[in-house]
Amino acid sequence: MLSSRPAPNRHVGLVGWARENLFSTWLNSILTFLSVFVIGFVVIEVVPWIIQSSWTATSLNECRAAIIEAYGEGTHGACWAVIRERYLQLLYGFYPSDAYWRPNLALVLMLIAIAPILYPVLPRKMLLFSAVYPLLGIWLLWGGSLWTMISILLGFAIGYILMAASSRAFGTLTGLITATLGIIIYWIFAAVPLSELLQSIFPRLWLEPVESARFGGFMLSTTIGVTGIVSSLPLGILLALGRKSDLLIVKAICIGFIEFIRGVPLITLLFVASTLLNIFLPPGTNFDLILRVIIMVTLFSAAYLAEVVRGGLASLPRGQFEAADALGLDYWKSMRLVVLPQALKVSIPGIVSSFIALFKDTTLVSIIGLLDPLGLTNSIRADADWNGIIWELYVFVALIFFVFCFAMSRYSMYLERKLKTSHD
Amino acid sequence: MRVQEGEKAPPVFRLSMLLNDKRYRSMTIQTVALIGFMLLIAWLISNTLQNLNALGKDVNFSFLNQPSSYDINQRLIEYDSRSSHLRASIVGLLNTLLVAVLGCTLATIVGVVIGVLRLSKNWVVARLMTIYVEVFRNVPVLLWIVFFMAILIGTLPKPRDFRGEDATASMMFGDSVALTNRGIYVPEPLFSNSLGNLSVFGWFGISIDLVLLLLVLFAGIFAARRVRRRAMRVQSETGKLPRTWPLRIALIVVPPLVVLYYLGFHLGYPVLKGFNFSGGVYMRNSLIALWLALSFYTAAFIAEIVRAGISAVSKGQTEAAFSLGIRPGLTMSLVILPQALRIIIPPLISQFLNLTKNSSLAIAVGYMDVTGTLGGITLNQTGRELETILLLMLCYLFISLSVSAVLNWYNGRVKLKER
Repeated sequence: MLSSRPAPNRHVGLVGWARENLFSTWLNSILTFLSVFVIGFVVIEVVPWIIQSSWTATSLNECRAAIIEAYGEGTHGACWAVIRERYLQLLYGFYPSDAYWRPNLALVLMLIAIAPILYPVLPRKMLLFSAVYPLLGIWLLWGGSLWTMISILLGFAIGYILMAASSRAFGTLTGLITATLGIIIYWIFAAVPLSELLQSIFPRLWLEPVESARFGGFMLSTTIGVTGIVSSLPLGILLALGRKSDLLIVKAICIGFIEFIRGVPLITLLFVASTLLNIFLPPGTNFDLILRVIIMVTLFSAAYLAEVVRGGLASLPRGQFEAADALGLDYWKSMRLVVLPQALKVSIPGIVSSFIALFKDTTLVSIIGLLDPLGLTNSIRADADWNGIIWELYVFVALIFFVFCFAMSRYSMYLERKLKTSHD
Repeated sequence: MRVQEGEKAPPVFRLSMLLNDKRYRSMTIQTVALIGFMLLIAWLISNTLQNLNALGKDVNFSFLNQPSSYDINQRLIEYDSRSSHLRASIVGLLNTLLVAVLGCTLATIVGVVIGVLRLSKNWVVARLMTIYVEVFRNVPVLLWIVFFMAILIGTLPKPRDFRGEDATASMMFGDSVALTNRGIYVPEPLFSNSLGNLSVFGWFGISIDLVLLLLVLFAGIFAARRVRRRAMRVQSETGKLPRTWPLRIALIVVPPLVVLYYLGFHLGYPVLKGFNFSGGVYMRNSLIALWLALSFYTAAFIAEIVRAGISAVSKGQTEAAFSLGIRPGLTMSLVILPQALRIIIPPLISQFLNLTKNSSLAIAVGYMDVTGTLGGITLNQTGRELETILLLMLCYLFISLSVSAVLNWYNGRVKLKER
């Protein structure tokens, strides 16, 4: 019997792989050459610009001179010196530099707070910290007295007690109404005096207040993005439930709100924040611009989250709703115990995608004059030393956005694969 | 079980049934919700009126008829600084629609090509396309817009570089297209025997030549479809498909050419005069930057949609088509694409709407779309924030709702008919 001969050279090794993958048809070969040409062009044009650079200069002219001195006449190199000099500003804006530990700590604690939501293997006790974190984060960033936050938190505890007590006596709906009224009355009349009293007794829990006008850079983007998505989640869930409900009027209001917000660009809502919001509120109210932006961003992302959650609700089989009804659970109990835990779990990838979109959209606040990274590039250019510098700043800002968004989108894809239970 | 005798007890209505009886409870909740909603609206309106009173303002739209006294450098209809604010807004709205239509077209083309290439077996091409998609969709669109603007300003030659004996830049395609850092000049279509303009309510003119051309073109397409349908009927009766494509192409191409000839069609080339070009169609670089940035950004999302749509059609469909002896090209157009389109179209609609809404970022590069005119200069000049922003939102709502209505109608047509 003949022993088998080795495969022809054309079909094995690098040549074989290239023939199969790169040059299988004439169209494929053209595409390969085109791609190689594009890659080569980018490498030849961009890489020298990145490498033949200056890291030490203190102004654009000095930087250009240094590059020409080092690499010869006619070299165009990047002035990474501007990044070295201004990266703290691009990250924190005009936040007082001796308080940088506060946003840093807030970021680390935020990661700890979202960990148990994203990774179900972690102990459930950690969710308590996640619930407390929003107020803690606000206190760290804006400063002031921790007692204000504690007395606000006390409102939720009061609401819970009221709810538990009155729903046992009068039913869930009455309980809900009593609790809401109780919380509102407490916040309006008792919260401020209580916190002042506690502050005068224990004055140590106090951080130097930082006004929002000093927020900027990626810290501002993250603050707006995270606050927006977190505070829009409850509203988004309610809107999604309202949109699916049988109550015609509630449904109409929810659909109207969602479609209105989704039909207009974010920039018009930001215009509302910068010029109109104070007109809609009682005379004399005056929020600062960042808070107004956060309010509008919250409404904006609530409409988008409502659609995400609606998708999650729609993906549940009808049997789950019917089983909850058959157990005799009322509407809120069936939603809270049966429907929402499953629907929200399915919606997490969508929520992460909404967060990525919102995080990218925070650059729009530069149009209404806030100093997000993109707005800061303009104010850096306004400095006589760095007048005319464009690419280095854009590349740096784009790179940071890319790293964050890419990482989050990968996480969301990983989740989607993990949550996929079908077998096709 | 004991059967109740006699007539049933008449239903007694007690007040507590409003809360505890399922029949009435939904009514109660809805009434409460409606009253709450009305109260909220009333509260907002009363706040607004009080605040406006305090500022000495009223709600008044008459500013729309006042002269705008600002110039718009990119426009589709006649406009000058003596025109009204209303006209400025319409110029802006048309500019929004212009960039939206241009953007959706280019984004679809680029997106489909990249989406298909990402599925290619060619390792280099597939990787390159993946990099494109990830880079474009993970960086904010506003950054892309200013980035493209900076590229156009930084790399293209100035108009004066085209002048003189030792010009450093030259026009392309036989002196017909000029790429400058102020914008792009391309030849404009001109008619020597023009039929003039059709005035619409004295507001703006529509070129009769264009209307005529479009009418003839659509008539030709309609006729070609009739020919095609008849050919199909012949095929189903006799089994032979008559060769009709030369006739069909002629029906579509020849009549417009005849019309063009009689109208005296020729191209008006841009010419360098003094420090700038004149003649031709001038597209400012703000328009180009916005158009390219929006298209390439949206194309990354469309590519993912197309890829997902094509991969969602199960492999069995291809194999079934092959086993029926259908050729690969026909398999794609008759079996795969119709099924993939059903998956692709709904998210595609929302991408088109996103592009249209993102075109409001034109304000960052100074392209005068409706946000730049109505929500920008008109707002600042008249100080009527409430009215201008309300109108601005209504413009976008109108665009969004009508686009989604049209595309949903189309989606309904290609949707799987479930019986």
